[in-house]
Amino acid sequence: MGLEYVKISPGFERYMPRDYVDLVKMGQFGRQVDVMDLGQFKELVEDHPMCAGCYMAYFIRIFYASLPNPEDTIVLGTAGCARLALSQAAVPFIYGNYGDTNAVASGLKRALTIRFPDKHKDVVVIAGDGGLMDIGFGMTMHSWFRREKFTTIMVDNEVYGNTGGQESGMSPKGVQLKMAPKGKQFDKINAVELAKVAGCVYVAKLSPTNPKRIAKVIRRAILAARHFGPTFIHAYTSCNIEYSIPTREVLADARNREKKDFKFYEWMTDEVKEYFEEMEKKEVKA
Amino acid sequence: MMVEQKVVDPDYLILEAPRERKFITGSQAFAEAIKRANVDIAIAYPITPQSETMHLVGDLWAQGYVKDYYRAEEEYGAMSAIAGAVRGGARAFSATSGPGLLRGLEAIVSWPGHRIPAVLGVMTRVVNAPLSIQPDNVEIAYLLHSGLIVLHAENQQDVFDFTLAGFPISEKVDVYLPVVVATEGFFVTHAKGYVELPPEDMKLPPRDPYKAPVPPTDCEIPPARIQRDAPVQKSNFMSYLIHAVWQQEVWSANERARKWIKHYLGGLIEVVNPKAEVFIVASGCAAAQGREAQRYAEMEGLNVGLVKIKSIRPFPAQELREILKDAKAIIVPEHNIVGWLCKEVKAVIPNGDRVVEGPRVYGGMTLPVELIMDEIYRVLGIKKAKKTLV
Ligand SMILES: Cc1ncc(C[n+]2csc(CCOP(=O)(O)OP(=O)(O)O)c2C)c(N)n1
Ligand code: SF4
Ligand SMILES: [Mg+2]
Repeated sequence: MGLEYVKISPGFERYMPRDYVDLVKMGQFGRQVDVMDLGQFKELVEDHPMCAGCYMAYFIRIFYASLPNPEDTIVLGTAGCARLALSQAAVPFIYGNYGDTNAVASGLKRALTIRFPDKHKDVVVIAGDGGLMDIGFGMTMHSWFRREKFTTIMVDNEVYGNTGGQESGMSPKGVQLKMAPKGKQFDKINAVELAKVAGCVYVAKLSPTNPKRIAKVIRRAILAARHFGPTFIHAYTSCNIEYSIPTREVLADARNREKKDFKFYEWMTDEVKEYFEEMEKKEVKA
Repeated sequence: MMVEQKVVDPDYLILEAPRERKFITGSQAFAEAIKRANVDIAIAYPITPQSETMHLVGDLWAQGYVKDYYRAEEEYGAMSAIAGAVRGGARAFSATSGPGLLRGLEAIVSWPGHRIPAVLGVMTRVVNAPLSIQPDNVEIAYLLHSGLIVLHAENQQDVFDFTLAGFPISEKVDVYLPVVVATEGFFVTHAKGYVELPPEDMKLPPRDPYKAPVPPTDCEIPPARIQRDAPVQKSNFMSYLIHAVWQQEVWSANERARKWIKHYLGGLIEVVNPKAEVFIVASGCAAAQGREAQRYAEMEGLNVGLVKIKSIRPFPAQELREILKDAKAIIVPEHNIVGWLCKEVKAVIPNGDRVVEGPRVYGGMTLPVELIMDEIYRVLGIKKAKKTLV
């Protein structure tokens, strides 16, 4: 069904909320939009209660605009700031318990594969650094070991943002945060290497400075997950509140980190590389 | 290897189909139910005494009776994945024991709120520490305040019947809650008993996830903006209200399961000798021992009855008040130290001082019939020299 389910039955347009009508008429369902056209189409997420100037919120906006197939996508989130925006989007969203995303997604993806063997139903996890690398670590790793076919996106603000700024495993060493009053005692976890070792077929690390590139990475991660196995994106999405970054300096901070430990990095298996080369050849022809 | 199965009406399969008698273990009884339940996915994590059941279910997957199966990372992951699979529209089964149940508990107790129709086998085991793998059913107490439907099986036959009926009960539109089928580890799972089984070439109809009070999350049903997760993340009255109403609905759904438990399992309780002066009220394995005690008492000419409680949630409050109305004494034997069943019984009947708190065994001990007989003699004022019954 996919696209069918978002459409409004004839005669019902005038009873549906304006917001929904716009979504169907001027939204992303059934067509590919260009992130550079943000503002020109009805976006899947508009209102959200995240902090003003939050870079994670910006990343999420780009994420939704990049979905290859929003009418057949299910997003999973967990406790943490991201879920405040994810739960407001026009894409089905599942929220379970803190850190359970990759286990829930495993069950969900398998169920959808059993029920719709001839369709692509994209499953995407977006969760915080605490959710994926601390409390949900085992489930994150094991979903990769099992080669579950869905995408995991870590929105890494290097802190437990939602609970008021405690240290996470992804906080850099030495940073003074709540529950780390003497500064963090150990290094930031190397999530990208873990993902590669654990069996992800496509892994990317980025600081959100270039929307076009983010869109490409998200699309690739989702397409690779459809056909080959788990995929992972590690995105730096600063918390301007807990790290005291003035809103106007958020982009500068992202650029600064891009020069240091968040250089753009993309890795994929040969099989995935071939698939994208083929796909891109076809796209050029078309 | 797999027998060709035809889909039949649940009522026919559960209530009417001819049955054949087999001598099997409780673990086999679980598997026989799963074989006929048209299960899409089963997710396993080993723990004694549950493991054998999920090995057998794994074999069912290998043979083609179950469509997907895997060994999860641990119980929290297993139970979370069950939630994902069921929200994706699949029919799902898992099972665990004691420490495994408690490890999975945060996920399990959130199933009712997510409106997850699934069946979970609970093969009771001591909750650590000190370490033990023996049957003690204290873990059932942790399940009673979450909205789950909790059935407690006395023997291998109950295990089969409760598990198979668990799926249609769980998936009824007016219920739509998970069903736990608990039974004592080892005493039931690893011992053989007679089980009447319907033919293996029949199975339940597949789950229809659109016959539901809350839709599956599969991008197949309109409209796109409406979500399953209530916006209850704010500290304001509306959010409290939404959560409150949601909880009320879960418990109302739990109540509405009564009629389906009656329909498929013949009632929430079973009564032997309804006009008795003294009653033994028990569930699970303790009911089997209570049944023996009732039989001995009858042989001795004592007017003793048995109430076996099959459904702990919903709890048969009305039924107990009625049947126990004239009882002089009520003996509640249990396989745990806290006496959760005793507390439940006391809470719903008048004159709670009629309730004898025990006998209780725990740590995995067996429950000798003599212990129950001693209480019967005591409440009837019979002085007996201790004698051993078979
Ligand atoms: C089982 C459990 N433990 C703890 C919490 C509290 N909790 C909610 S959000 C959160 C931190 C979120 O941090 P992260 O995952 O990095 O997301 P962020 O808010 O930083 O985006 C914690 C600890 C919880 N909800 N559930
Ligand atoms: S606390 Fe930080 S990460 Fe969370 S919404 Fe606010 S700025 Fe964003
Ligand atoms: Mg964080």
